[in-house]
Amino acid sequence: MSDLTTLTIAELRDGYARGAFSAREVADAYLAAIAASRGLNAFIHETPEAARAMAAQSDQRLAEGAARPLEGIPLGIKDLFCTEGIHSQAASHILDGFAPPYESTVTAKLWDDGAVMLGKLNMDEFAMGSSNESSYYGPVTNPWRRNGDETPLVPGGSSGGSAAAVAARLCAGATATDTGGSIRQPAAFTGTVGVKPTYGRCSRWGIVAFASSLDQAGPLARDVRDAAILMRSMAGHDPKDTTSVDQPVPDYEPALDQSVKGLRVGVPREYRVDGMPAEVERLWEDGVNWFRDAGAEIVDVSLPHTKYALPAYYIVAPAEASSNLARYDGVRYGLRVEGDDLIDMYEKTRAAGFGREVKRRVLIGTYVLSAGYYDAYYLKAQKVRTLIKQDFEHAFDKVDILLTPTTPNAAFGIGEVSGDPVQMYINDIFTVPANMAGLPGISVPAGLDAAGLPLGLQVIAKPFDEAALFRGGMVIERAAGRFAPTDWWS
Amino acid sequence: MSVDVATVRRIARLARIAVTEEEAQSLQHELSAILDWVEQLGEVDVDGVPPMTSTVAMAMKKRADTVTDGGRVEDILRNAPETEDGYFVVPKVVE
Repeated sequence: MSDLTTLTIAELRDGYARGAFSAREVADAYLAAIAASRGLNAFIHETPEAARAMAAQSDQRLAEGAARPLEGIPLGIKDLFCTEGIHSQAASHILDGFAPPYESTVTAKLWDDGAVMLGKLNMDEFAMGSSNESSYYGPVTNPWRRNGDETPLVPGGSSGGSAAAVAARLCAGATATDTGGSIRQPAAFTGTVGVKPTYGRCSRWGIVAFASSLDQAGPLARDVRDAAILMRSMAGHDPKDTTSVDQPVPDYEPALDQSVKGLRVGVPREYRVDGMPAEVERLWEDGVNWFRDAGAEIVDVSLPHTKYALPAYYIVAPAEASSNLARYDGVRYGLRVEGDDLIDMYEKTRAAGFGREVKRRVLIGTYVLSAGYYDAYYLKAQKVRTLIKQDFEHAFDKVDILLTPTTPNAAFGIGEVSGDPVQMYINDIFTVPANMAGLPGISVPAGLDAAGLPLGLQVIAKPFDEAALFRGGMVIERAAGRFAPTDWWS
Repeated sequence: MSVDVATVRRIARLARIAVTEEEAQSLQHELSAILDWVEQLGEVDVDGVPPMTSTVAMAMKKRADTVTDGGRVEDILRNAPETEDGYFVVPKVVE
């Protein structure tokens, strides 16, 4: 019954309702697929026993006619989410052996809604990266390859394991997090749908912190409907996170069938950057035409401070990371490397426990926050951030959503870009502005490039208007169709 | 703005990360490249612009100042590399 893994969440839901298969059969099909696909390195910790126990419980609920919204839906969980008693190490050596005594709010909500846990997914260490190459557990291989070429490609990052697992049909959907593009960029690289909700929409409680003013959890899924289904279960107010917002979470599925007639779609001219491949530009044009054909009104808009979002991000995010990662000291959890005294122990533990990219960012963060530099760097970046947010506010006076490419390029080869940090950072040029302004964004696969690799388009909406993301995302999905890689890995 | 090796050593000390001579050299280049790149923010006129404190305008939430949790010594110590009698153990600080 391996074809069970080709079904979407909506199709599984319908199949369960009809009694076409059991949750146990679905869980077993996924566990077999995971076991046959270890070469992709998407899962770093598998939980087959938990999966079977949760599936058995789902079968009981289904038999009783008491199905919950995600009953029997097998999910992969990014290693950044704390899961009680289970490997939660942010793909870092410094959290060796860490199994938290509590469950993150977002994963708890998923289990409360009946979802089944398959295991923990690979990622860039502490979510710092755009290629999943900074993981302590090694890189993830993208299930997509260039036509007639076996070069292993990156799945993007930091949620590279989540995106690869969803694309390779190793889970029906996955949790992910997005600080500067870590959901949307891997979605674009793997032909999947990724949603970064409005800042405050999902609770950050129990998610290992990277940059607290930017981090948001969201879903990665096979199509727009599945993303909408997962979003509803993940979102919601949480008293344990003071930045989570007390606003009702709507059912997003009705938005999928809503017409975009009269919807005003902004096309920001500053996203047309130098050196952008003609294919990306053409795809963007296609997207504009799809919206126009669907009855939307296309409006030229300007976001003048766009080019400053990325450098400002690389001050704000490392600064917050250097503070958040101060807790890894070899005392309370994770790795300890003995030293001559307390400070020596700290320094040796952190030297051995953090990887290269994490060290780089902690040091940049420490530098920009250090005495004499705070005003020149951090304060300046936070002022630029205000300007970026104001740009969006002005644009949203005239339009309902914005349409942009998700990334300036398709997936690249493992090891191809890792030598130059700034070159790697450029990957997030189109995704970072939404994080800086706290806005919701979605990446939807929109086509393949000449080499046969997926490319994504991004829709950005007003705060808490995730429904508009799904409504816009459907326009892209209806026109472009869906994309799945051919199985070479299992 | 470029950083020199002495600055790399100073901030590594502040961040409590031991760096070897070789690492300090390569970090000097990498950090300088990143800092040179963020220099472009100098072009932006931020006169009179308030720094962002929150992307979503909301009033600070408050809760009653009462104990809501506790009595979890074992949970808290369970992941520690070394513990004794309900305490975390660290290398000797005072002789």
